[in-house]
Amino acid sequence: MSEPVIEIKGVTKSFGEMEVLKGIDLTVHEHEAVALIGASGSGKSTLLRCIDLLEEIDDGDIFLDGEVITDPSVDPVGVRRRLGVVFQAYNLFPHLRVLDNVTLGITRAHGVDRAKAEGQAREILTRFGLGGREDEKPSRLSGGQQQRVAIARAFATRPRAMLLDEVTSALDPELVGEVLSAVRDLKSEGVTMVIATHEMGFAREVADTVGYLHEGRLVEIGPPEQVLEEPQRPETQRFLRRLLEARRV
Amino acid sequence: MPRTRPAFIVLLLVALAALLAACGDDDSTTDSGSTETVSLDDCTPDQLETLTADTLTIGTDKPAFPPYFEDNDPTNGKGFESAVAYAIADTLGFSEDQVEWVVVPFNSSYAPGPKDFDFDVNQISITEKRAQAVDFSSPYYTADQAVVALSDSDAAGATSLADLADSDIGVQIGTTSLEAVEASIEPNAEPQVFDTSNDVVSALKNGQVDAVVVDTPTALYLTAVQVPEGEIVGEFPAPGGDEWGALLGKDSALTPCVSAAVDELKSSGELDKIQEQWINAGGGVATLE
Amino acid sequence: MTPPDRRAERAAAKRRKDRRTAAIAAVSTILVLGGLVALVLTSPGWPDVRETFFDADYFAETFPDIARAFWLDIRVFVVVEIAVLILGLGLALTRTSSSPGLFPLRLLAAVYTDLFRGVPVILVVYLMGFGIPALGVNVEAVILGGIGLTLCYTAYVAEVYRAGLKSVRPTQREAALAVGLNERQAMRHVVLPQAVRNVGPPLLNDFISLQKDVALLAIIGVTGEAFREAQIFASTDFDYTPLLGAALLYLAVTVPMARLLDVWERRQDR
Repeated sequence: MSEPVIEIKGVTKSFGEMEVLKGIDLTVHEHEAVALIGASGSGKSTLLRCIDLLEEIDDGDIFLDGEVITDPSVDPVGVRRRLGVVFQAYNLFPHLRVLDNVTLGITRAHGVDRAKAEGQAREILTRFGLGGREDEKPSRLSGGQQQRVAIARAFATRPRAMLLDEVTSALDPELVGEVLSAVRDLKSEGVTMVIATHEMGFAREVADTVGYLHEGRLVEIGPPEQVLEEPQRPETQRFLRRLLEARRV
Repeated sequence: MPRTRPAFIVLLLVALAALLAACGDDDSTTDSGSTETVSLDDCTPDQLETLTADTLTIGTDKPAFPPYFEDNDPTNGKGFESAVAYAIADTLGFSEDQVEWVVVPFNSSYAPGPKDFDFDVNQISITEKRAQAVDFSSPYYTADQAVVALSDSDAAGATSLADLADSDIGVQIGTTSLEAVEASIEPNAEPQVFDTSNDVVSALKNGQVDAVVVDTPTALYLTAVQVPEGEIVGEFPAPGGDEWGALLGKDSALTPCVSAAVDELKSSGELDKIQEQWINAGGGVATLE
Repeated sequence: MTPPDRRAERAAAKRRKDRRTAAIAAVSTILVLGGLVALVLTSPGWPDVRETFFDADYFAETFPDIARAFWLDIRVFVVVEIAVLILGLGLALTRTSSSPGLFPLRLLAAVYTDLFRGVPVILVVYLMGFGIPALGVNVEAVILGGIGLTLCYTAYVAEVYRAGLKSVRPTQREAALAVGLNERQAMRHVVLPQAVRNVGPPLLNDFISLQKDVALLAIIGVTGEAFREAQIFASTDFDYTPLLGAALLYLAVTVPMARLLDVWERRQDR
């Protein structure tokens, strides 16, 4: 594989008494898609938030393109400009049109002039099947459409890596497909991604690597065929069996 | 419809107000006091329709200031207006213990509706317009306006009314002082109007205004007691004169008698004596022109 | 599908019912209002009240002066409103900041808010108008009164802003940061616009209140103000009608603002 984009070494994070991350080591290479699976509360979201510096880690280091980003002397704003995040609840800006949701980052954070930014934004929105809806407010769109806008918004700044946090979990089943389609599109572009997900089938299809997070530890990590079909660790096996029973896989 | 209904009602009420205003024509005015002359023989306590039988209820504001009242107590008979009030009562045949005093804030004295006093003395100037809303007795005093300034101010050096045109002047609301200031001094800055005479005094002491204009008796008291660091710059007659009368309810049955009593006190020289005792009018006060 | 004549029948019945409801509403409104008016007009004191409060000639005579004086009210209102909008935001942002270095400022802000929300506006105006000159400072009463109003309303409006800021979900700030904005940009482009939209109605409410409270300047001797002018006329001539004129002028400004409020609220709900 190519150069590492994100390196996570010995990261721990607690919220008060509760230890959520108990020492994570993970490397994400250029163009690689890493899927993180695990039960709710296992730490998937927290890990992604730590990478984007939305949470402060307690111990360990995180590197972006070889430079440490978790040092207090590093300006988080510069780091976040190089990463893109898509949240479970989409978190679009309700007071802005769809188009402005996408251009806000490019114009304010990256200093691109408005006309050029709008052109880029329209292109990306069309690509994700949202052409023609740029002037509407987010509340007028369906959940699936809103999440696609969120993906477009994160992608528009051409980040070094995109962090997708359970992006289909809040959607009605019939809307999941269109979002997964968009992610597939990103993958074909070669975007480096870390995807926290419940959708095992999707993980198998899109991910190059799958990691299973169990109670704050990356218990098993490897190619999807291994982790999802022939898991080595008992924790992973138990997790997948439970999922099978719930007919999620 | 539901949203426009409140707006509609507001419009209706405003229109109503305008309508009522339009209906309000004032051709039903009567003159100040009464043109009837009446003999004091017809003005005895048993003949007078006072509020309470055999009692004369007199109103004034609180606090009651010198030199019109003393110690904030109208019942002691001391002070110009207290003395005048008791003199009127005596002329009408009421003894001192048949006189009751009530507190009447200035703004309430002229409100329409039944009064809770027989007459009110509160340094009230008689004007034609006011006489449309209330009755006045014959005048019992003619007041001049006086200018008071702090001794170390520029205003204190004024020798004519024109000298005061650049000063910031304060007056009390509802007094003829504002009109007098605007007509006689014609100041360049609009005079400041305060609610109470205490506020006028504060404004002078704080330097909020350069000078205040009040009736001469008030000025004498001010400089003697409340603002000793102030002095009377001079006095001038109020334009159109400034006569004070007792205030009574519109078309009060008592007006002719109270007027008759005041006339009697004037012709007998009693009023002059009272004035002499309580207001040393003209005592070394310069006249401003 | 309902057969067409059934539908027409239902529509007709509904129309009849609506007409009847409207008629009842109209008749009852007229009866009640008419009854009240009749009650007032037939009371024994009415002619005197009419002359003292609704004197048409006097109204016409005094209205131009009062209208001219109202211009001062409007100017004071505009200046104070702008000041309050800006200062109130500053105060709110200070109180909601979390940086430890700003602690003394935050404490001061909290004390300020409690103080000026807790004291009646009329008292603050009075103290400004009479207290400040007593310290030897020579400033026009209008300015002192305006400062008094600003002090009080900044506190009220800051609290409204604070409520607005709190009403915006923290995830909005995070999403703004995630897109690469810094804290200031996140506040300016994402959090604040939403905060203000959320509390538009209470903000506008405070401004209607402020417009009316400009009348309080009368007590510190500010002449050339509408309420004061009306008071002067009323106590000079013993005729309250000018106060009605002043009231109408205030309504002329506050009623449209209230309607604006309604429009805004309706747009928010959409």
